[in-house]
Amino acid sequence: MADDVMSRVIRVIAETQRVPLDTIKPESTFEELKIDSLDGINIVFAIENEFNVNVPDEAAKSLRSVRDVAEGVEKLVAGG
Amino acid sequence: MGVVSTFGCGVTPFWEAISSGRSGIRPIEGLAPLRFPNGAQVGGYIASEHFDEKRLMLLDRFAQYALVAAREAMRQAGAPAIDAVITGCSAGGQDAMDAGFVELYRNNSPRVNPLMVPRVMSSGAASHMAMEFDIEGPVYSVSTACSSANHAIGQAFTMVRSGICKSALTGGCESVFSYGFLKAWEAMRVVSPDTCRPFSRNRRGLILGEGAGMLVIENYDIARARGAEILAEIVGFGMSSDAHHITQPTADGPARAMRAAIADANIQKVHYINAHGTGTLANDARETEAIRSIFSGNVLVSSTKSMHGHALGAAGALEAVATVMALRKQLLPPTANYTEKDPECAMDVIPNEPREAEIEYALSNSFAFGGLNAVLAFRR
Repeated sequence: MADDVMSRVIRVIAETQRVPLDTIKPESTFEELKIDSLDGINIVFAIENEFNVNVPDEAAKSLRSVRDVAEGVEKLVAGG
Repeated sequence: MGVVSTFGCGVTPFWEAISSGRSGIRPIEGLAPLRFPNGAQVGGYIASEHFDEKRLMLLDRFAQYALVAAREAMRQAGAPAIDAVITGCSAGGQDAMDAGFVELYRNNSPRVNPLMVPRVMSSGAASHMAMEFDIEGPVYSVSTACSSANHAIGQAFTMVRSGICKSALTGGCESVFSYGFLKAWEAMRVVSPDTCRPFSRNRRGLILGEGAGMLVIENYDIARARGAEILAEIVGFGMSSDAHHITQPTADGPARAMRAAIADANIQKVHYINAHGTGTLANDARETEAIRSIFSGNVLVSSTKSMHGHALGAAGALEAVATVMALRKQLLPPTANYTEKDPECAMDVIPNEPREAEIEYALSNSFAFGGLNAVLAFRR
């Protein structure tokens, strides 16, 4: 995974959740970060804007961790 | 009673459709791109058949639907004297707001239409109803998102029961098919990409609907004395708040509202529940949990949203009409589009086919984003 994608994902999540950058690690789960379903769709919205991609509903709902988000972004950016 | 819905104007086409399990969900006309192609838009409606051009300038669609439904309800009730109007509406005049902001932001117009404010205000429908039927007592609108109409009808019921007024025109009205508003729902990711399958394991979300339902409610003795045809009795009203989350529902809040309605009605048995049943994963599982915590599985439940869509602030009113008709006809409208049992929704949800049943008491559930629950109890 490109470091660049992961670091941008972490920054977007930190900004959206209004928490310090260093509280979010690549291996963090949404549960650990207390990200609920509404936070989740808000993060996906910010990710769509950051990477200029469209995230389908079912993919958006399946995200459980920071790594899920970064991997999902890589797939979408690669046109997958 | 009066209705405007995806099935057109009138209680008759509404009841004929839902009591035969026919869904009014179809492709949304003229509003794209959207991730969800389908909705339950009011069909076959021509505004000029109901209002002259001058009056239409003041009426956004939700208020037109309210007036058309109110006229039918008043006609059917024999045009009694009405003391109060209490309507539910969540979104107000989205058409006027959308059009005004397109002019302002996209077309760089230096001004917006001066009728935007009176068209947008969600209490406008109640005011127009008061003016049309000359109702000079308490007139107001309740806005509690998707439970607006049940809160409104419940308020009207408690006011009539307490003697604050003798009669009321009450219900809900909503018009959701404006592009900006639909995009907001798309962003919430709760709208199904195909259809609404309440309580079915493969459900994928709600389908937006619109319209209005209006009911004339009257003090029982006065209604009898004037020889009115009494369609049904409202016997109880229960409210609660989840006090939990702005979008995620609980089971406890809805259960408390149902218990409160049953206690208020002082009844021992409920035969049928017209569920909130939106078709979202969360609502249907939590609502089932709530119902089962009270009824241990021996109550018949259906979601008519599978056919008329989720009409937000009008939902409870359409469902009140459905519940009253079910009591009158002893025929339960089904949960349409049901294809797969879900262990999380283990109830008899009357899948796909209507069912004849002897029923005397029924509940109609409405729950809202933000955990605002309102349940009406009806008697045949």
